[in-house]
Amino acid sequence: MTATAAPRLSLGPIPYYWPKEQVEHFYAMVADSPADIVYLGETICAKRSQVRFEDWLTIAARLRAAGKEVVLSTLALLEAESELKRLRAICRQDDYLVEANDLGAVQLLRGRPFAVGHSVNVYNHRTLALLAADGCKRWVLPVELTREALAAMQQQRPAGVETEVFAYGRLPLAYSARCFTARARNLPKDDCRDACIDHPDGMVVETQDANPFLALNGIQTQSARTMNLLPALDDLRALDVDILRISPQSQYTGEVLALFHKVRAGELAPAAANEALATLMPTGPCDGYWHGAAGMAALAAA
Amino acid sequence: MELVCPAGNLPSLKAAVDNGADAVYTGFRDDTNARYFAGLNFTASKLAEGIRYAKAKGKRVFIAMNTYPRTDGLPRFEQAVDQAAALGVDALICADIGVLDYAARRQPQLNLHLSVQGSATNDEALRYYHEHFGIKRAVLPRVLSMAQVRHVIEQSPVEIEVFGFGSLCVMVEGRCILSSYATGRSPNTYGACSPASHVAWIETDAGLDTRLGGVLIQRHPKGESVGYPTLCKGSYRTEGRTHHAIEDPVSLNAMALLPELAAAGVAAVKIEGRQRSPVYVKQVTRVWREALDAFARDPVGFAPQPAWTAALAKVSEGAQTTLGPYHRPWQ
Repeated sequence: MTATAAPRLSLGPIPYYWPKEQVEHFYAMVADSPADIVYLGETICAKRSQVRFEDWLTIAARLRAAGKEVVLSTLALLEAESELKRLRAICRQDDYLVEANDLGAVQLLRGRPFAVGHSVNVYNHRTLALLAADGCKRWVLPVELTREALAAMQQQRPAGVETEVFAYGRLPLAYSARCFTARARNLPKDDCRDACIDHPDGMVVETQDANPFLALNGIQTQSARTMNLLPALDDLRALDVDILRISPQSQYTGEVLALFHKVRAGELAPAAANEALATLMPTGPCDGYWHGAAGMAALAAA
Repeated sequence: MELVCPAGNLPSLKAAVDNGADAVYTGFRDDTNARYFAGLNFTASKLAEGIRYAKAKGKRVFIAMNTYPRTDGLPRFEQAVDQAAALGVDALICADIGVLDYAARRQPQLNLHLSVQGSATNDEALRYYHEHFGIKRAVLPRVLSMAQVRHVIEQSPVEIEVFGFGSLCVMVEGRCILSSYATGRSPNTYGACSPASHVAWIETDAGLDTRLGGVLIQRHPKGESVGYPTLCKGSYRTEGRTHHAIEDPVSLNAMALLPELAAAGVAAVKIEGRQRSPVYVKQVTRVWREALDAFARDPVGFAPQPAWTAALAKVSEGAQTTLGPYHRPWQ
């Protein structure tokens, strides 16, 4: 890989519930995109059943054939035995690297190479060292951590471990056993009628003075604003970040990937890309966490 | 079932011990624990005094060290672990893997519990902590149903503690950063949710607005009682409707479930509220002691007495209690 191709670009798992046809259409687009790594699978709610495990494997094979590195991602909140059973099936296969989003998955993957996602709390180098000893090859910076926290981690990063940063997308802020989308529709979770399928980018929560604040995505709460670390690309490179993660949104993900790619390739000035990115976000930007401020703050981001 | 009660200071610790707690959990006076509030928690010497007091009466004292240090903060946490060990504390309640690793290697005599902040909701996660650090107990996040609690206990390699009473987190603890999204400070990084330093009360013609980090989280009409402004319990709009979009301002009271919790094999029941007053600790401890004793005497005939429920309702946040997630039939 040439220096200008660093950092690599990854596409995170689709956090939302999209119809199967939309998912397939989406990954057909991704196959021709500049994404280097693609994370696949349902990470939020086991009740979302349109795309089954076998379907994910089919998509995975197509993406691999298109030259992408494919990683199978896993549920962040594991409660029911049925959820653990599915997790075990994903962890048993060895065609693809698995991303653990819970320590339960780490336990199942110990002794083999695996990645850990942003919902596993890796807040210091001692934690990362222990995960690395178990086989962790890649970790994602928890989204609330700052540039300084990352810098300290990078100085003591174990050999052979890649660092990934959540660089674009609505931020994952919380997980619950309760489904907030169903709650907003006055539906019980066990009869949710797939309420979240009507909200391909989550359901926006506004404050009473009309400030779009959060986005409800089933049992997950996201930020309404979109994290954008493209303006921090020089810092991310200086800190030896290996991979920038872009989190899917229902529209313009291809354009977002293309803009990140053009900037990393030196084909487009960051400021120009930033201006274009701002028009592609459902609500608006934020980047406060990176700078040590409130997460919702927009400091350098468009 | 062990009764584990909160103490944010020495008077609360004594109130818990004197009113029937089997164990009291505390924290140091800094951001090593998830109740880092001004004027709250213990210096090492106060804690030593508290431990002497509790031990003289045959009770145990735990220290919560359940936030997530960044790399530059680790040395401070390591010192705190050493200090807890030197104090002879009965258990150290941790969440961070790095802190657990240090404690297990450097102070192997320490009895380690996994904090609710460790977000363990399944037996595989519990096995991870048990195999790596030899934890003896885990506190489950307040999101599991009774059936799930039962299932986790059946498979768990360690004993299980659950929350029985107090303020209710609807999110998985240790994985909620709503607070830092609005304020820059979260339970994980700073030891406080919706910190008072970032709350503003603003009088308007219509009543009172509550803002957290500048975000309007509650709008109270004139005369309405105003509770502590926790972000997840605010009123927001979804699809044009204003409501408690995330969580109602209610608190947990699982007393009616004591027989089910006991049958499931729960080892300890925890009372939330290190930030609350000694009066709260005394009231709640006394009522729960009575309830546990009544249950021990007559497990079959047990039912919460109206007087207990009334006493607990008086000290509940939002003055309204719920069985929380325990009583949901679904997964």
